Amino acid sequence: MVGTATIKRTENVRCRAAAATTESRWVRWLLIGVSLTFLGLFLAMPLAAVFAQAFSRGWAMYVRSLGDSDALSAIRLTLLVALIAVPVNTVFGVAAAWAIAKFQFFGKSVLITLIDLPYSVSPVISGLVLVLLFGRQGWLGPWLEARGIHVVFAVSGIVLATLFVTFPFVARELIPLMQAQGTEEEEAARLLGASGWQTFRRVTLPNIKWGLLYGVILCNARAMGEFGAVSVVSGHIRGETNTMPLHVEVLYNEYNTTAAFAVASLLALLALVTLVLKSVLQWKTGEQLAPEEQGYTGD
Amino acid sequence: MGKTPGKTLLDKPAVAPKPPEFNFSQRADSKQPQLPVRNMALKQHSILPGFGLTMGFTLFYLSLIVLIPLAGLLLKSATISWDQFYAAVTDPQVVASYKITFGASLVAASVNAVFGLAVAWVLVRYSFPGKNVIDAMVDLPFAMPTAVSGIALTALYAPNGWIGRWLDPLGIEVAYTQLGIMVALTFIGLPFVVRTLQPALEDLDVEIEEAAASLGATRLQTFVRVIFPAIMPALLTGFALAFARALGEYGSVVFISGNLPMKTQIVPLLIMTKLEQYNYAEAAAIAVVALGASFAVLLFINIMQWWSRRYAAA
Repeated sequence: MVGTATIKRTENVRCRAAAATTESRWVRWLLIGVSLTFLGLFLAMPLAAVFAQAFSRGWAMYVRSLGDSDALSAIRLTLLVALIAVPVNTVFGVAAAWAIAKFQFFGKSVLITLIDLPYSVSPVISGLVLVLLFGRQGWLGPWLEARGIHVVFAVSGIVLATLFVTFPFVARELIPLMQAQGTEEEEAARLLGASGWQTFRRVTLPNIKWGLLYGVILCNARAMGEFGAVSVVSGHIRGETNTMPLHVEVLYNEYNTTAAFAVASLLALLALVTLVLKSVLQWKTGEQLAPEEQGYTGD
Repeated sequence: MGKTPGKTLLDKPAVAPKPPEFNFSQRADSKQPQLPVRNMALKQHSILPGFGLTMGFTLFYLSLIVLIPLAGLLLKSATISWDQFYAAVTDPQVVASYKITFGASLVAASVNAVFGLAVAWVLVRYSFPGKNVIDAMVDLPFAMPTAVSGIALTALYAPNGWIGRWLDPLGIEVAYTQLGIMVALTFIGLPFVVRTLQPALEDLDVEIEEAAASLGATRLQTFVRVIFPAIMPALLTGFALAFARALGEYGSVVFISGNLPMKTQIVPLLIMTKLEQYNYAEAAAIAVVALGASFAVLLFINIMQWWSRRYAAA
């Protein structure tokens, strides 16, 4: 009897507490309405516009736009660039996170700030530095060109630009995660006789696999979607140095709107898939993954 | 650094990285007094391998991809004299582009601060159908390639677009005006404010609000006097992040801005124009100024975070 009375009283208190710490119904609905209108205007409508424009002249035209040989070579180049940039930056990210999270050394916060640098450099400036270095008037450009290596207006420049802009993504995801996990499990593995590689593969890797995957997905989305930096170094040679975002620009500037939006719709799909995977991973790991904008804060 | 584990334990009387309860190294250490010199070492000892390899690779790759190219930019801008540099970065067309970039970024970040606060509040405090999907969609501007966002926004706000056709009769032109730049920068800055505010709102202690209510505060008073000061650092951080991102944005703006010198030419577009004219030195000079501005904002963000951590600790 006493028990039920207590439960009832706590419930009452909770109800009253809730009433004191929430807004009246009309304020709530007003805020929800304002927020949804804002998001609808700025998120849903642009996304819907991409697909509406892509299919504005029917399915056949859509397929023909994507089957165009220049579009296909842009898709191939984008995949190639991502296939190089993502694994390289993943290896770097794991190495950097291992060095930073598992050891104590002087200058650690400076190193983390330096790794974050590409986040705060405008994409156009990222491309510009490569042109200054490898361009015809650049420091290394003439030397490399004498040896038949072209960087600016060539695929290697696009790869370098992509490496630059996607540089911090995996490292930024892994460093806080591995710092939070500490070193005790790895130390125990070493004491039990595991080699360094065994320790990493059997102890560390299983612990960080979701965070790693999360970083790789974000890195890939940026690698495939990068526009500014790649635009500076590519030279926009159709069928040769146009990635998908650049091909979108070329088509759009030629007033070939439907074809531009058809290619753009593939990139929008990539964005949607990225968001779905991201949500699944966040749900799976119970939000322990750091939100990626922390990467921009140099925290 | 391939050492067998047994050898490592005997050879290295290590200072543990941080004192855990399980501290085997102290046993090896206990016989000899700990030398104060060891704390001055650049790196504390650890039984984990791979520091040399991973650190070496990190520094090498960081220098190759990031540091050397950025140093090249500074060197390039140093190849012209100070007077030329000053003339390049204070040219009326350049100054106009600073003003446009700064102004539009400021407006966009402010719009995001207001509506982002509403969105974060609604997503944290209320429940309504489809909330999880909407929460996930907030990251769309991060995930969407900027060129796609750019042409989509231009299509929406062009005079015959879905939104533009309603604004056109009212005399409001968005596409190819400064208003269009603001719209694009609002789009790309949107997740920053929401995603920095969400954890801050989740961490708020409901008991403080209850205390305020029980002391007779109205809900509005509680918000203004209790909740708002507590989330202020997060709001400012989000604002600054959105602002910093807007300063350097190119892809989503280039299509909607129209690129008219003195009117709708933002700094990254101006750098691009200089590059197309093969005017590398001036492009580098303008880039150095733009980079300096971004780093100043970044510094502000770091100070803000330090402040908010101190606020949380107090």
